[in-house]
Amino acid sequence: MENKEVKKSFLSAQVDLSKFNAGNFEKATDDEKRQQDVMGESTTFLKDGLRRLRKNPLAMGSIVVLVAIILVILVAPHIVPYSYDEVITVNGQRDKTMTNLSFMCYSDKELAYMEETGEDLFPHIFGTDGLGRDYFIRVIYGTRVSLAVGIVAAIMVVLIGIVYGSVAGYFGGKVDLIMMRIVDIIYSLPDMLIIILMSVVLKEVLQGKLVGTVLDRLGTNMISMFIVFGLLYWVSMARLIRGQILTIKNNEYVLAAKCIGTSNRKILTSHILPNCLSVIIITTALQIPSAIFTESYLSFLGLGVSIPLSSLGSLANDARAGMQSYPARLVIPAVIICLIVLALNLLGDGLRDAFDTKLD
Amino acid sequence: MSEEKYLLEVEHLKQYFPVKEGFSKVPLKAVDDVSFAIKPGETLGLVGESGCGKTTVGRTLLRLYQPTAGRITFDGEVLFDSEKKIDVDMQLYRKKMQMVFQDPYSSLDPRMTVEDIIGEPLDVHKLYSSKAERRDKILSLMETVGLNAEHAMRYAHEFSGGQRQRIGIARALAVNPKFIVCDEPVSALDVSIQAQVVNMFEELQEKLGIAYLFIAHDLLVVRHISDRIAVMYLGHIMEIADSDELNENPIHPYTHSLLSAVPIPDPNIARQSKRIILEGDVPSPLKMPSGCPFRTRCPYAQEDCAKVMPALKEVSPGHSVACHHIEDISRIKKGVLLN
Ligand SMILES: Nc1ncnc2c1ncn2[C@@H]1O[C@H](COP(=O)(O)OP(=O)(O)O)[C@@H](O)[C@H]1O
Ligand code: SF4
Ligand SMILES: [Mg+2]
Repeated sequence: MENKEVKKSFLSAQVDLSKFNAGNFEKATDDEKRQQDVMGESTTFLKDGLRRLRKNPLAMGSIVVLVAIILVILVAPHIVPYSYDEVITVNGQRDKTMTNLSFMCYSDKELAYMEETGEDLFPHIFGTDGLGRDYFIRVIYGTRVSLAVGIVAAIMVVLIGIVYGSVAGYFGGKVDLIMMRIVDIIYSLPDMLIIILMSVVLKEVLQGKLVGTVLDRLGTNMISMFIVFGLLYWVSMARLIRGQILTIKNNEYVLAAKCIGTSNRKILTSHILPNCLSVIIITTALQIPSAIFTESYLSFLGLGVSIPLSSLGSLANDARAGMQSYPARLVIPAVIICLIVLALNLLGDGLRDAFDTKLD
Repeated sequence: MSEEKYLLEVEHLKQYFPVKEGFSKVPLKAVDDVSFAIKPGETLGLVGESGCGKTTVGRTLLRLYQPTAGRITFDGEVLFDSEKKIDVDMQLYRKKMQMVFQDPYSSLDPRMTVEDIIGEPLDVHKLYSSKAERRDKILSLMETVGLNAEHAMRYAHEFSGGQRQRIGIARALAVNPKFIVCDEPVSALDVSIQAQVVNMFEELQEKLGIAYLFIAHDLLVVRHISDRIAVMYLGHIMEIADSDELNENPIHPYTHSLLSAVPIPDPNIARQSKRIILEGDVPSPLKMPSGCPFRTRCPYAQEDCAKVMPALKEVSPGHSVACHHIEDISRIKKGVLLN
């Protein structure tokens, strides 16, 4: 074959070998050969997921919105000199123009005070409500309450759900059968009715017993809501975890661990639960807005936090009366609820897309 | 047959799975009265269509499933005997008997690095005294199965099918077992890689003297690696013989059909040979035919085949067949050859 002149088509992309001879080539060293081992950059599951999450503009936008909201509700009470249950006064004196102020306005007394002393009073950013309380700080506290309720309820639901679901799923058989029938029964109970009944009963039972505790400020309605969340809302979580564990249990790596001699507990904690983790995180993110929504809904019905504490739902409820004259007072909490719920939902979806992929 | 000669003996092993049918539970006879024995360092091939219970045999004898009945003896110790109610704790034997799984994708935990996957058996049985020793052992195992030791910190999902199967083999080798069940270890791999992996199994056997139960659904792979071959159909062993004997002198009609399904590389010979194509489907293990399980597809089936299940009979030393009409079949076959 050597030196055989073959006419090369001018369109051919083939390398013209006639220009080379054996001296032009040298053997690849072992090092160079190893470069041919095609393997991507080593990534962990977490890194890989975060990379995908970062590419999702909706999820990243949601994170920005949530972080902004959380920063504001953490910082604002330290800057704004008013309290959520404080009626605005000047030198301990009220005045009629104090109520229903518009954005960034001052009352007559406050204006007079500022003129007199030359001192700047903190503006009422969202104005004041019908009782003359600073509306901005009430919204801040309302958001705090709503978010806290959502997070606490979600954690409660997730913890109960994981324990119950993993026991049912891993042991299977009769244990699973009985545990899942209980879940079915709980699933069929009307949750709203139970919350209403429970808060009526609790109001009677707990009357005066909680004075001075945080629970007192939240009110019996909130306590009954937490109890109902703890009693009823974990069932869908438990079902989900059980389903996950049932599928993961059938993977050959669980059988392989058994074959090696790994104990049941170790299999559950080191093989099965880590593989459910993405689902757990995602559903937690989706559970929070659902709890917030329930709380807002109950507060709107007058079954939420007790006065004077506010939540986003109760603020919206209070604003109903003056809806025609002061629509902003209804719009503000409603928009914040929407923002939080939407952001958490989008974030949950983003997390699912980023983490809940088959690794292959 | 002196008892001590065998490493593993399985006698009358049965594995029935309770499955729901309507409101009642009926037994699915995945493995029904299977007996075989394996000598140290020997390979027994187990072939049969998928669904015939090969995997179940492997998993049951490793006690990943609780056997319904039978007797399992390993290394002179009775591990399980349904009649004498012997049921030993397997933890000790997990070091001596291991398994390589069929699916290299689902048999490795996607959240673990190669180092942790291969290290798990070392951790469970505490086979090292220091962190450094653990790492050394893992790296030398990786080398044994032809994996690049630099990839120890990588996750299983970063590897190709063949490499993953090697990881699975290294995990099985970690405890230094005497016996490995290889459950179709190459059937999920590309043909080009199958040969590499099968050769590796052979080399490991030569070097370490491990005995295999090598499961496959076609004879081609098994023929190459096995000393003896057992042919399974619907939970029963139909024929068992030395590898060469089974190839040259197959007796059971089902073995004939399996052999004729093996591709023949020479097209001239291939054209002359007659393919036996079985009619009908494998019956469901829930609706097992009476008598001989193969009778619904057997071209030689006669009336008595529906009545009694044929027992495994030795026709020549080391060659046993379960069929009522061995003589008829061999006569007909000779007739075919004469024509
Ligand atoms: N855990 C189980 N529960 C119920 N049925 C099973 C189980 N494992 C296997 N089977 C059934 O037992 C039969 C044999 O299955 P298997 O041993 O996996 O066959 P093979 O490995 O030869 O393809 C099949 O019909 C299968 O459906
Ligand atoms: S026993 Fe009868 S049906 Fe079964 S293989 Fe033999 S001839 Fe065929
Ligand atoms: Mg199988």
